[in-house]
Amino acid sequence: MSYRQARYEVPLILELEDTVGEDGSESELPQPLLREELRIPNLRESQVTRHYFRLSQMNFGVDTGFYPLGSCTMKHTPKILERVASSPKAKFLHPEQDWSTVQGALQILYELQGMLATLGGVHSVTLQPAAGAQGEFTGLLVARAYHEDNGEERTQVVLPDSAHGTNPASAAMMGFEVMEIPSNEGRVDLSALEKAVGEKTAAFMITNPNTLGLFESDILEIARIVHDAGAVLYYDGANLNAIMGRTNPGRMRFDIVHFNLHKTFATPHGGGGPGAGPIGVVDRLDEFLPVPVVAYDGERYYLEHDRPKSIGKVRSYLGNFAVLLKAYAYIKLQGGDGLKRVSDRAVLNSNYLSSRLEGVLDIPYNGLRKHEFVASASCLKERGVRAKDVCKRLIDFGFHPPTAYFPQLVDEALMIEPTESETKETLDRFAEVMREIVNEDPEITRSAPHNASVKRVDDVAAARKPVLSFKMMGR
Amino acid sequence: MDSEDEMLRSLGMKSIDELFEDIPEDVRVEEIGLPPGKSEMEVLNEVEAVLSMNKSIKEMPAFLGGGVYNHYVPALVDEILSRSEFYTSYTPYQPEASQGMLQALFEYQSMICELTGMEAANTSMYDWSTAIGEAALMAARLTRKSEIVVPRAMHWDKHSVLANYCKGPGIRVRAFDYDKETGKIDIEHLSSLVSDQTAGVYFESPNFFGVIEDGLDAVKDVSGDAMLIAGVNPISLALLKPPGDHGADIVVGEGQMLGSYPSFGGPLLGIFACLQKHVRKMPGRVIGITDDADGKRAFCMTLQTREQHIRREKATSNICSNESLMAIASAVYISVLGRNGLRKIANECVARTKEVARRIGTLDDYLAPAFASEYFNEFVVRSKISYDAVHKHLLHSGIHGGLPLKSHFPELEESALFAFTEVHTTSDIDRLVWALEGVR
Repeated sequence: MSYRQARYEVPLILELEDTVGEDGSESELPQPLLREELRIPNLRESQVTRHYFRLSQMNFGVDTGFYPLGSCTMKHTPKILERVASSPKAKFLHPEQDWSTVQGALQILYELQGMLATLGGVHSVTLQPAAGAQGEFTGLLVARAYHEDNGEERTQVVLPDSAHGTNPASAAMMGFEVMEIPSNEGRVDLSALEKAVGEKTAAFMITNPNTLGLFESDILEIARIVHDAGAVLYYDGANLNAIMGRTNPGRMRFDIVHFNLHKTFATPHGGGGPGAGPIGVVDRLDEFLPVPVVAYDGERYYLEHDRPKSIGKVRSYLGNFAVLLKAYAYIKLQGGDGLKRVSDRAVLNSNYLSSRLEGVLDIPYNGLRKHEFVASASCLKERGVRAKDVCKRLIDFGFHPPTAYFPQLVDEALMIEPTESETKETLDRFAEVMREIVNEDPEITRSAPHNASVKRVDDVAAARKPVLSFKMMGR
Repeated sequence: MDSEDEMLRSLGMKSIDELFEDIPEDVRVEEIGLPPGKSEMEVLNEVEAVLSMNKSIKEMPAFLGGGVYNHYVPALVDEILSRSEFYTSYTPYQPEASQGMLQALFEYQSMICELTGMEAANTSMYDWSTAIGEAALMAARLTRKSEIVVPRAMHWDKHSVLANYCKGPGIRVRAFDYDKETGKIDIEHLSSLVSDQTAGVYFESPNFFGVIEDGLDAVKDVSGDAMLIAGVNPISLALLKPPGDHGADIVVGEGQMLGSYPSFGGPLLGIFACLQKHVRKMPGRVIGITDDADGKRAFCMTLQTREQHIRREKATSNICSNESLMAIASAVYISVLGRNGLRKIANECVARTKEVARRIGTLDDYLAPAFASEYFNEFVVRSKISYDAVHKHLLHSGIHGGLPLKSHFPELEESALFAFTEVHTTSDIDRLVWALEGVR
């Protein structure tokens, strides 16, 4: 055992009594508009500092340790990205500033559009979507606008059963009927796809490599089937970290691709966000992209609004600028050669760790992995140990658990994505720890974690009677 | 590098290329097509050189608002946000490893509930505009109806985003007008748009023109069974009656002003709160309170069966990554300012806005404020000369004027929305007034 998380009992800020007196400032607004009370305590800065500092010590980040959360690409963020984004010339820009005062910001956005288009092998890119799921939503709006422009009403989105949950959710949100096709040996079943797509199909959404970490080698045949049906082929970029410098979505004949800048391009995940989910499209879809488009006329950067077929906007302004700026710096830092090395090492790490875990856990689906792989903890069931228990136990050793119970086609799935950031030593240690857990007294595993800031959390009780605020605590 | 060779050897491989043999020849690329990488120092210098082409609102007094406001960010907010235990973590799927983030987000939810008068809040939407879109979808789910009524006087981005969120389920968006004298809700027009098909009625206070609405009980009355959805500036709620007191079911808003920088419009923070009885239809991540195996208080994500990673196409929203770190910024901001600090800033906004409106109003060429009402932190200035000329003159004088409105509100002719916060000094305001006076 090598890890012990800080363990404080930290009361809620709202449970604290005032330690600073009321200053009694009077409002100039008429009394009937004013509220009677505001239950926010007046505290000293030292108290608030210690409060949040202690909470931070009870949290596990990539900087704490190995974080192999499958499909989330928890890689190291080079610290220079934070320094770049903290520039007052970036933070203190209002989104409504006159174009003449934000030429630097527009140049960065314009160049980033170009870099991502090159990387994705696509014609043009919008940086507006705030996250990957919003990229999907935007892509499907574009697909819908394109079909409508062709006078077609296409009501269905087809996707494999291994798709990320956001894919069907985005499709449903856009009013599409979702049709899932079963996988064959972990890959798209071509005959099932052929049967599923038709004149009602708006799009087929996949990620390549898929969520099992397997490359869809039939991708050109998939593209042919989808395009013959008149549908568009959508690339979920969550797994792009596997293939840079080896292939790209454009080469694979995808029509729409989203990029998760917080995954492949190393911007930090922020405890859940902010991310950024730009999308790229092929030539024939360009006119439907959101407005405004950042453009350059050879002398100045400007915002192009006059695009009559545009879908409009998916969020305010131009996107998560601070995140975009970090990704821009990351791409410059790595360069084309560095990004290729990133993918190479991510794939090497994944295959290496997968081989180290052979004989410890089941690793269904033989063959090469890309950036991630899925192991199964089903062999532990007879000893009364579940994938969830293994996850909790990993925390005791200073590892963040992998993604569990996804994809659903693997029983007791543990989806492991080591990323390029990890050394061989870390991977060896993880495999060693996994072997230890698999062979230890099941009672220890089942009652884990032992070294985290709390013991096993009762999430069932939380959902049965949800208490979501201080107010709902009856205070 | 040696270890890479060793790793390859253990896989029985001679070269990394063998790891990519499953990629067919006809989709392979030889290279990415981007220039080679650079050193950390080179990148910093290059990016700073490009950024230096910007003129930030630190370098000129700027009076822009319209949804994003420049408030002072206390140093503690930056300090806590730079804790990499927070910023390098992800969605707290594993509660035992992530109690810190979970408690901080629970505190954010609780503070948003205190400010808005709601009982539950989620951990964030992308921004105010997408929060409105999600509120419209939620109202349609709750009522099984298909129309949403919103103010015409709303930022144009929000109109466009809302239209896109409503496209999927085919929700019809209808816009009510504002009173031309007061800038407030035209209640008769609103009333005429509400029908038995109305899923939700959305209003903002302070509204887009900065006007504080004072007839909200009437809005509740005419909304009938429809969900009442309020849009707020959370700083104003340090003073104003919370929407919960006016019968709101859902409250949305922008949280950027609570401790986040304008950052050219992103990341922002979409506030989303509602009454307890609606929580199972709410979108987004939400943190609940529970116990650990020792009976000690603990926090975890809850109601996950509403969410895409469990419920897939039946989820209440597709949202996954959100703006959690900005929610933490808000929690720290609210905590460190406290009730005193929040009220003080809100009072300063009101006082400054009143004073500037009075001063601009005395100038011959301007009508300010354009509407006779109470304001929070911004108001419309109507100009007798071309506002474009005013805008250019101000820029030329090293001042960034308000947000031009003419192309979206042609009836207001030569007009702009000017915003004021505690960051504006007396000399900033003097410079603005003098520059406005000197346009002709």
